[in-house]
Amino acid sequence: MRLLKIFKNGIIDENPTFRLVLGTCPTLAITTSAVNGIGMGLATTAVLIGSNVVISLLRKFIPNKVRIPAFVTVIAGFVTIVQMLLKAYVPALDKALGIYIPLIVVNCIIMARAESYASKNPVLDSAVDGLGMGIGFTVAITLIGAVREILGNGSIFNVPLFGESASPALAMILPPGGFLVFGLAIGLVNLLTNRQVHAAGCGAHEAGCDACPANCGFAAEEKGGQE
Amino acid sequence: MLTSILIAFISAVFINNFVVVKFLGICPFLGVSRNIKTAAGMGVAVIFVMTFASSATWAVQEFLLKPLELEYLQTIAFILVIAALVQLVEMVLQKTSQALYKALGVYLPLITTNCAVLGVCILNLEIQGNARFLMSTLNGAFSGVGFTLAIVLFAGIRERLETADIPKCLEGFPISLISASLVSLAFFGFKGLFQGLM
Repeated sequence: MRLLKIFKNGIIDENPTFRLVLGTCPTLAITTSAVNGIGMGLATTAVLIGSNVVISLLRKFIPNKVRIPAFVTVIAGFVTIVQMLLKAYVPALDKALGIYIPLIVVNCIIMARAESYASKNPVLDSAVDGLGMGIGFTVAITLIGAVREILGNGSIFNVPLFGESASPALAMILPPGGFLVFGLAIGLVNLLTNRQVHAAGCGAHEAGCDACPANCGFAAEEKGGQE
Repeated sequence: MLTSILIAFISAVFINNFVVVKFLGICPFLGVSRNIKTAAGMGVAVIFVMTFASSATWAVQEFLLKPLELEYLQTIAFILVIAALVQLVEMVLQKTSQALYKALGVYLPLITTNCAVLGVCILNLEIQGNARFLMSTLNGAFSGVGFTLAIVLFAGIRERLETADIPKCLEGFPISLISASLVSLAFFGFKGLFQGLM
């Protein structure tokens, strides 16, 4: 029951993409098709589960002062494994995702979960948290990918929808479409759930920016404002 | 040589802008763009770190990973180099230039995991030819300039947004993303620039 709740938390209540607005770079960059979304989502999920488990196991041994470099090293290790596996078994996907595979290292979802969850909770909980967050991320970017693919390419999962004569809005699979669909998607989620992502984005997370050494930069802005 | 540097500059700053075309460094782009002053501060810090990181990772790649045939450790090695470098830059600035440290200090720790920095280091590996060190470093600097240009422009728009009347569900992040979409569209205008140059 408890595990189920942790699992559900990542998918719905604290969906990393729509609620916490973390990991925006891959969300925007690779969602040009639904298949890419699934691929990226699963790759990230694998890294997330692995790093959460290892960091949770090591949580009593990693000194507080060097925890960030330690986390980064663990995460980078898993990313390298995933990168090699993808290259070996699904080279087409590896090509489509390109530079964004090694960049999973700096995806703030992973760092945020390591810092705010895995480093404080037992192994099983952390693994389930990784799975839930990963699936939440996968579902979200697959949805965004599907919308952009339908509008921009007239197909879904590479299956053409509208026949020969239709001319899709190419802009939707180009960068401007990425920003637009993502923005409207968050707006729609806000509208449906009647909740609002904190104006500062990461602030929606109770642990706030301390949980995201990653970088979103909100902390800097606040500090900068005080000067 | 000069032509290729000029082309690299225009390509990195306008045509393949890191933020709005390549989608790298979106987090700080959305996070630190509430006013022009902080945006410019972040931009300068990013130029600084990107330039040094490009040189440093080139050296690591050429003198360490290649001779030892450890290229598959690239990701780990690069991110650690960047983290160490940021720390180093911070310490050096603190000791040597208080003014600069005050201006850039708060942004530096955030840059470690700015994906634009790791991104430029990985993309630099694709550079061919015999002036790779120079071109990598310049590419780092130019990409940083592109980042700064985008974030400062965007901060200008967001300052205006503060006073705009926006539907409640779009406040905050959604409207920022939609504005970013327009900025990105504007950058598409540079696409044909190369034909005119050559």
